[in-house]
Amino acid sequence: MSTTTPPSATARAARTRQPAEPAAFRSPAFLLRTSLARTAVELKELSRSWDALIFNVFFPIIFLFIFGSVFSGDVAPGVSFTQYFTAGMAASGVLLVSFQSLAISIAVERDDGLLKRLEGTPVPPAAYFLGKVGLVVVTGAVQMAVLLTAAHLLFDVDLPAGPQQWWTLAWVTVLGAAAGTLLGIAYSSVPRTGRSASAVTAPVVLVLQFISGVFFVYSQLPGWMQDVAAVFPLKWMAEGFRAALLPESMAAAEPAGEWQLGLIALVLAGWTVVGLLLCRTTFRWRRRGDR
Amino acid sequence: MSSEPAVRVTDLHKHYGAERAVDGVSFDVAPGQVFALLGPNGAGKSTTVEVLEGYRARTSGEVSVLGADPGRPTPVWRSRLGIVAQSTRDLSDLTVTEVVRQFATFYPHPRRPEAVIEQVGLADDARTRASALSGGRRRRLDVALGIVGDPELLFLDEPTTGFDPEARREFWALVQLLAADGTTILLTTHYLDEVEVLADALAVIDGGRIVATGTPADLGGRDTAPATVRWRDAGGWRTELTPQPAALVARLHAQVGELDGLSVHRPTLEDAYLSLLSSTTSQEASR
Repeated sequence: MSTTTPPSATARAARTRQPAEPAAFRSPAFLLRTSLARTAVELKELSRSWDALIFNVFFPIIFLFIFGSVFSGDVAPGVSFTQYFTAGMAASGVLLVSFQSLAISIAVERDDGLLKRLEGTPVPPAAYFLGKVGLVVVTGAVQMAVLLTAAHLLFDVDLPAGPQQWWTLAWVTVLGAAAGTLLGIAYSSVPRTGRSASAVTAPVVLVLQFISGVFFVYSQLPGWMQDVAAVFPLKWMAEGFRAALLPESMAAAEPAGEWQLGLIALVLAGWTVVGLLLCRTTFRWRRRGDR
Repeated sequence: MSSEPAVRVTDLHKHYGAERAVDGVSFDVAPGQVFALLGPNGAGKSTTVEVLEGYRARTSGEVSVLGADPGRPTPVWRSRLGIVAQSTRDLSDLTVTEVVRQFATFYPHPRRPEAVIEQVGLADDARTRASALSGGRRRRLDVALGIVGDPELLFLDEPTTGFDPEARREFWALVQLLAADGTTILLTTHYLDEVEVLADALAVIDGGRIVATGTPADLGGRDTAPATVRWRDAGGWRTELTPQPAALVARLHAQVGELDGLSVHRPTLEDAYLSLLSSTTSQEASR
């Protein structure tokens, strides 16, 4: 016969810990450490998720390969379709690694309980978002480098002609990714569940690609379609990348008759501000109905 | 300091419109104690615990967790808690080690991730992805994330639901290990054997209200309730209900010597629990 000793509160002494100072959680070093930890985890998760890698990161490169192989004509004397298409794929790529990737992953992480789990720890909410920004920066840079290298080596696409064009490529990428990141975070609240996140997000990006001069030459689209596209950021990113990748002579073929660089910067910055406001007013840490 | 309760709940209410999920709950948890909140599904256990964890705003009532109001959570306060929520399915693409290391960076004085993995019994699965863990081992990962910050107070919300009997026993041993280490534990469960093995004190919650408090040994007065003495004589099985079973057995022994098939049976925790629930149910019905 065995006897069990019932547990008793007096048998144990509660271990007391020295609580941390509030300042420890406000220090930039803590934010940096947690943000880097989140970025590292984001990249590891992406590297193990084939669907996200293909649909968000390698999609523009795969499409460049397909379209570059099928269409060999020129859109203007000395400017191949692939040259024009590369600018469109660069713009699509920035939107995919920022907007689409974040809208889907955050919707999934809200639904599967990760956001709630993080909320239950002392990690700063900013570290979660900076982890996402880190993910966008790394994947965006890798994607752009691979896209331009593949286009140049496989399809003779010209790289930006000079420092000014490289500069255009850089700021359009950064501003476009900033707008896409904030809009993606905001849009993540639209899908009702994690399962529906892809289905609710991907068609938006797909339609934008068709009307924004990515798959078709923008100046050949119907006027009303151009007007609709001009409301959204992708059209302006694509135009910015054309300014970086196409010869100066192509500016005249744009509907405006020039690269509207100032307007591009203004629209992308405007969408960044709108995205930020939407995030601040609508972001939810919980599933619907969890309160 | 140590005389102050780790958790104090006074007349807690949480209403969703007309629905009273928590309807006037009060209890204290002493530091170092394993306290069980026991009740059927939908009784208000998890709602109560989520208020204490700082996840839900309360409708009314006084709540203090480690001396602070969970309605205004701060990072310092969060760093002193560990939370194992009811069921989880996040983090699936990461390995056990990667997840625990990540969460260690969130705390000022974390425990060593490798030691935590060892302690929860996942050393063999340190390089296994979370998605490939069985239900019981997945729960151990949740516990690892709950304790990596070296918490003073650990919440375990229905930690063994869906476990097979062996996995439950192994999990209980883990909880006892943490309790022996001086961690205050607030456990919700609907398993009586779990309460009997783990809890120093408990409260039974039903319909959003506490219907009894006590220890597993004295719940519902079962330590002083009449005992059933059962034995066999020439006429077959005999049973007698008596408040003094020892006296009865002594008298019988004096009369007939050794008793064949003797047993003395007090109401089990389950008997006490079920009678508590049925009495509240009948009260509800008579109202």
